[in-house]
Amino acid sequence: MITELERQAVGVSLRVAATAVAFGLPLSLALAWPLARMRFPGKTLLEALVSLPLVLPPVVIGYALLVSFGRQGPIGRFLHDVFGWQFVFTFRGAVLAATVMALPLMVRAMRQALEAVDTGYEAAARTLGASRLGVFCSITLPLMAPGLLSGAVLGFAASLGEFGATITFVSNVPGETQTLPLAIYSALQQPEGDAAAARLVALSVLAALAALALAQWCHHRLQRWLGQAGA
Amino acid sequence: MLDLDLAIERPGFRVEARVVLPLAGVTAIIGRSGSGKSTLLLGLAGLLEPSRGHLRLNGATLYDAAAGIDLPPERRALGVVFQEGRLFPHLSVRHNLLYGARRAAARRGATSAGPRFDDVVELLGVAPLLARRPHTLSGGERQRVAIGRALLAQPQALLMDEPLASLDPARRHELLGYLAELPRHFGLPIVYVTHQMDEVLRLAEQVVVMSEGRTVASGGALELLSDLSLQPLVGRFEAGSVLAGVVLEQLAQWSLSVVTVAGQRVTVPQIAAPVGAHVRLRIRARDVALQPAVLASSASNQLSGTVLRVLEREGAYAAVELALRAEAAPGERLWALVTRRSVQGLGIAPGQRWIGSFKAVAVEGRATARHEA
Repeated sequence: MITELERQAVGVSLRVAATAVAFGLPLSLALAWPLARMRFPGKTLLEALVSLPLVLPPVVIGYALLVSFGRQGPIGRFLHDVFGWQFVFTFRGAVLAATVMALPLMVRAMRQALEAVDTGYEAAARTLGASRLGVFCSITLPLMAPGLLSGAVLGFAASLGEFGATITFVSNVPGETQTLPLAIYSALQQPEGDAAAARLVALSVLAALAALALAQWCHHRLQRWLGQAGA
Repeated sequence: MLDLDLAIERPGFRVEARVVLPLAGVTAIIGRSGSGKSTLLLGLAGLLEPSRGHLRLNGATLYDAAAGIDLPPERRALGVVFQEGRLFPHLSVRHNLLYGARRAAARRGATSAGPRFDDVVELLGVAPLLARRPHTLSGGERQRVAIGRALLAQPQALLMDEPLASLDPARRHELLGYLAELPRHFGLPIVYVTHQMDEVLRLAEQVVVMSEGRTVASGGALELLSDLSLQPLVGRFEAGSVLAGVVLEQLAQWSLSVVTVAGQRVTVPQIAAPVGAHVRLRIRARDVALQPAVLASSASNQLSGTVLRVLEREGAYAAVELALRAEAAPGERLWALVTRRSVQGLGIAPGQRWIGSFKAVAVEGRATARHEA
């Protein structure tokens, strides 16, 4: 029914999306913190930079990644020489492309989550003897858990759907960088590919629905735990 | 000993506070809303950074701009009870209570001699709530847990910012009872921000008066609350005197209490306190009339005293202060607000004996937790 190639595409998609979320969450939190909580010169510039992948054509981002992280690119050469990391044509590169593309959405979700946390709780925790880091771990993070979750869901969905930056940066290598959208594109390029494309589309829908359902369930549990709506 | 001299800048507002007080029992910071009371409290807690000055508590420097010392809130060991409680919504009541306790134990070792969990839970009556979440608690329950949480963090003093302001009258009354027990029970000084007269009467041993961002007076509660010259600043407290007394008799069938003040009997609407309990009575100066002798009257209280001074007030009025006995201590002096014409017509002058009369219903009485001289 489902071919090995299609199974691989599903596997790559899920792994790319999950890894992109795993790296993207702490990164977007680190970017959202100064945007939500601090005032500093260049804040508007940082905001604009973070939003770039949202407003530029994905192909442009893919090209920029190729230029900077490719074998001849300044960052790419450095990382290859020091760590032996290669990005072009690899799973690692696909994750990087997905992370960069999902980042604006995740930063936005994190920022909203942070702004929704009542700083009065954090002040109270300080007076009870908790350090800044202690307050962050024991108060801020748990209180922004629903926002963390929606950030993760957004990032996961954006990564599942990523196409332009990925195909430009890491090309379309089955089992390595070929995610579901790329596999659909390949199928459509072939004369008898309609059935394969339809199956891949169905798989995409299934994956997205499963992720959404899981997120809904988690969200509901979190709300109950925080004593908010519906409790 | 609390020694503070702080300037705190807020947008469009500046607080200048200067107070030196022996810190014992409850010290009330009073003043109109917007007078800077809460800002000062946040400055004490380390949650607002002053622009200059110093803050010393029992010899330890918590803040000193000149020396570059600014202890963060977590190292000041000052428990804060906020108006809204601020219980952590993601933790159970038990874990809220233990939040500061665990950190205090980690910092000072397990040997610290502060309030014990079981004692606090019992005193505040929160045992049945331990497994519950903050959002299921009533306002009064929430504040009791917040007080317990602050106590268990082993503070050297408690700071309270209008902790009863969000409660209905019944809950306020109930919680006042718990608050009155705290200083004696745990030997902890409390700095208490409020603009409610009954809370000051019930709790305060010392008072700091704030007005327009500045500390304008501080001292013993009885002296200060009876200091008529301050009354325009305090605003909402209408000018009057506070008398200290002891419950002599309860007239249950009349719902009245008889209190001795400076050796004289005062009848007041019933105060919920046993015979022998120390109470404070507040009488507005405008409710007190002066007469040369004891007369048959519906004014059941007729206290004899010596005129200490006569102050001309704004407009038609003059304030007359009576000492209810020779060498009258704070809490034994009564103010009467009369017209300047009466002062002249009756020839009222310092040194004369007059009777100050007022109706029982004009008295606001409160039991106090402390023993007054």
